[in-house]
Amino acid sequence: MSTSPRAAQQKFEPWKDPEAKPYVRIEKITKQFGDFLAVDDVSLDIYKKEIFCLLGASGCGKTTLLRMLAGFERPTSGRIYIDGVDMTSIPPYERPVNMMFQSYAVFPHMTVEQNVAFGLKQEGLPRTEIAKRVVDMLDLVKLGQFAKRKPHQLSGGQRQRVALARSLVKKPKLLLLDEPLAALDKKLREHTQFELINIQETLGVTFIVVTHDQEEAMTLSSRIGLMNHGEIIQVGTPSEMYEYPASRFAAEFIGSVNMFEGRLIEDEPSYVRIECDDLEVPIYVDHGISSSPGATVWAAIRPEKIMMSREKPQQADNWASAIVQDIAYMGDMSIYLLRLDSGKVVRITQPNTYRHADDRITWDERVHLSWHPESPVVVTK
Amino acid sequence: MTARLKRLGLRGRNLVTAVPYLWLIVFFLIPFAIVLKISFSTTQIAMPPYEPLLHWAGEKMLQIQLNLANFAFLVQDDLYGTAYLNSIWVAGVSTLICLLIGYPIAYAIARSSPSTRNILMLLVVLPFWTSFLLRVYAWIGILKNNGLLNNFLLWIGVIDQPFQMLQTDFAVYVGIVYSYLPFMILPLYANLEKLDLTLLEAAEDLGCRPWQAFYKVTLPLSKPGIIAGCLLVFIPAVGEFVIPSLLGDPGMLMIGKVLWTEFFNNRDWPVASAVAIALLLFLVIPIMFYQRAQDAEAGGGVHR
Amino acid sequence: MKQGITVFRAIVLTLGFAFLYIPIASLIVYSFNESRLVTVWGGFSTKWYGALFRNEQILNAAWLSIKVAVLSATLAVVLGTLAGMVLARFGPFKGRTLLSGLTTAPLVMPEVITGLSLLLLFVTMEQLIGWPAGRGMTTIVISHITFTMAFVTVVVQSRLSQMDDSLEEAAMDLGARPHKVFFLITLPIIFPALLSGWLLAFTLSLDDLVITSFVAGPGSSTLPMVIFSKVRLGVSPDINALATILVVIVAIGALVAGIFTARQKKIRDRDAQMALAANQQMIESLKKG
Repeated sequence: MSTSPRAAQQKFEPWKDPEAKPYVRIEKITKQFGDFLAVDDVSLDIYKKEIFCLLGASGCGKTTLLRMLAGFERPTSGRIYIDGVDMTSIPPYERPVNMMFQSYAVFPHMTVEQNVAFGLKQEGLPRTEIAKRVVDMLDLVKLGQFAKRKPHQLSGGQRQRVALARSLVKKPKLLLLDEPLAALDKKLREHTQFELINIQETLGVTFIVVTHDQEEAMTLSSRIGLMNHGEIIQVGTPSEMYEYPASRFAAEFIGSVNMFEGRLIEDEPSYVRIECDDLEVPIYVDHGISSSPGATVWAAIRPEKIMMSREKPQQADNWASAIVQDIAYMGDMSIYLLRLDSGKVVRITQPNTYRHADDRITWDERVHLSWHPESPVVVTK
Repeated sequence: MTARLKRLGLRGRNLVTAVPYLWLIVFFLIPFAIVLKISFSTTQIAMPPYEPLLHWAGEKMLQIQLNLANFAFLVQDDLYGTAYLNSIWVAGVSTLICLLIGYPIAYAIARSSPSTRNILMLLVVLPFWTSFLLRVYAWIGILKNNGLLNNFLLWIGVIDQPFQMLQTDFAVYVGIVYSYLPFMILPLYANLEKLDLTLLEAAEDLGCRPWQAFYKVTLPLSKPGIIAGCLLVFIPAVGEFVIPSLLGDPGMLMIGKVLWTEFFNNRDWPVASAVAIALLLFLVIPIMFYQRAQDAEAGGGVHR
Repeated sequence: MKQGITVFRAIVLTLGFAFLYIPIASLIVYSFNESRLVTVWGGFSTKWYGALFRNEQILNAAWLSIKVAVLSATLAVVLGTLAGMVLARFGPFKGRTLLSGLTTAPLVMPEVITGLSLLLLFVTMEQLIGWPAGRGMTTIVISHITFTMAFVTVVVQSRLSQMDDSLEEAAMDLGARPHKVFFLITLPIIFPALLSGWLLAFTLSLDDLVITSFVAGPGSSTLPMVIFSKVRLGVSPDINALATILVVIVAIGALVAGIFTARQKKIRDRDAQMALAANQQMIESLKKG
């Protein structure tokens, strides 16, 4: 799992500041297509200069939400404010918002230059200013030498840049990106991700990105809004989403996870103990949760947070015994599938730190698993 | 402000919808209503040669009695029944022949290399761009007693006397098949060209012989093309007028010709209208069938 | 087995195209026949062409037909484009089914019915509102627009449904109002479809006999009407000459279109090469950067 490059930078967390005003406010938006509820009572606050990712499987309503922000769909109920102005019933051609389409929608009958100039011409700007802004923007996206070309003379990656340049040149308050990288091949996608972040930081535009690719969401975003069946499931920074999922759905959607269903047997403010049918000993978690004893809960443990050894651990809680069922060698790490005595299969990953390891644990060996008390995340739904 | 804009946008949309809509209602739908009304009217020696439409208010009872007279006439006189049945028969047989000739051609073109495919399809549609009337006319020169075909057959010695081909049903079949063949080939080709060839390979891989693969995979998958092609030939062929009057026996009864004669020669507009209404009733089912098929094909474009 | 297919294809295509083209070829050959008895070869001659160009009746009819065809094709393209837009872009609305029915029905409606119904409409309209006064070019043009616009609608609608509609949304997103979107984006992109729609409507109008016979007045005979009344009496060599001229025009048109598409293909191939090279270049520069 890649980490956001933002993590290394200065803290940018306006959502934690009670004084900060949201730049985009989505207020109880619902959209119905006939009987189908595409977006269900979504409220979101997005702050200036954020890259906010709407993440979810296809059909979860993320694109519909984006299209409502652009003005192509009218919400059935609810309101949208951008920079304090109610935009709900403003047509798309009057919104200070631009969109980059999944298909890029580069006009096939215009050159690169004409494509980029299109939006400025609609504003009726003087010709000299249009020319200057187009040149600057093409330089920014490194397309200067292709200005006179037609779209079908460009590669997919270049068309994507034309689309980006065309929507940015209008200096929108908000840029909407619908699956911006989905059509690029893997290598190009990685480079472009970082470039997109650079451009966003240079221009200081607020981005809202729709994606179904969790890795893309993790890399790009300041915050992620996870969607399912038209609802927002959880909003948080990439690391929050990964380390503190609020539900089984969130834990399972982002990264892989081992989920243990169990009952709460001890429920104290500073720790909890969970008894699982799949485990001989209880799970001990070193923080309290808000639930009552006897309740059914789930403990989620990420594969890289489980340790594996031949020797039985000394501790009373947080371990299990298992048989190696399968090993997948991935190069940088290996994935082990371990079968507990109950039959449940647990997935763990181990970094391949050494090139030669004669003593590596192998198929059908009996091993012991263990984890730290702070590793499990307890969710109640 | 925004409300006004919205209204304006909506008004533009309504205008765009209204112009073609109104045109089609005035010049296509209303005419049918008029035909229907006149088919319930009586003949008069006047111009126009039927009882005025606007008179009948208050005489509805009487009107209804007069109404059915034209239709009763159609039923009583054998001529019309024979003409209808004959038209449907001729159109049906021609459609079948078109399918039998058109399918192999469409199939052969669809299996050619992509660049030849386009040239061949261009050659299929090209005759369509020349005059229909002149192409039918060409067959007169070929089929008549001292025409090309008879001369050719005499020359190779198959026959020793000219063979009467013009002014027979045979000539009408030839004319219809010849004129409508492109309409059969086009939808068939469009369908067969889309066929995924790996399906045939899969069928053969699973033990089908090539002809079995054709029979079990290609043929069922091309059903929409077959239906569209057949309807595209059958419906207009039923009402065909030019081909039977140029190539057929003058005594041959086809409903298009009957309608023409009633209208132009007998000047009996109400009966001509009744003939048209009856013909339309015959064709409503295939026409609706055709539109359903078209809508299903265009389904992708309809959404959003 | 592969060879079986090739042999089958060769036979089918040879027979099929022979059937389609021999009648046309015979028209051309006999247009140069000296003899009046069209099918008896009496030596090479171009005299029927001369006769054709001296035939006032045919020339007048041809001129009327061309006027009618240009006018009705142009208006049919306007109306058909609007109808195609409505059907392809305006989504479901009340009355959409009726509109779609009204645009496809003329495609298959027997011409005798369309012709009769239009005539009865014109007669009724004249009685009620006094327009159109009598029958002639106006009524012919209206009728031709009505039955040819259906063909234009089908062509435009299918082109629009292939077109990525996010192109139009993108233009709107960039600040273009709906009518500007139509003129700056939609129209240029679907222009080839409009052109082929126009040619189709023009040809159909030029060729129509049945509908025209119903709605034409006594003084306004179009070319097909004149041809029909002549050939009803048997073959006539100057009609062969006329057919040859028409075939030559169509053949030249097809040739031009063929050359044009071949050139387009060359350009497309070159562009694809350029795109490929551009891609390489970009990956290189990204590696460095």
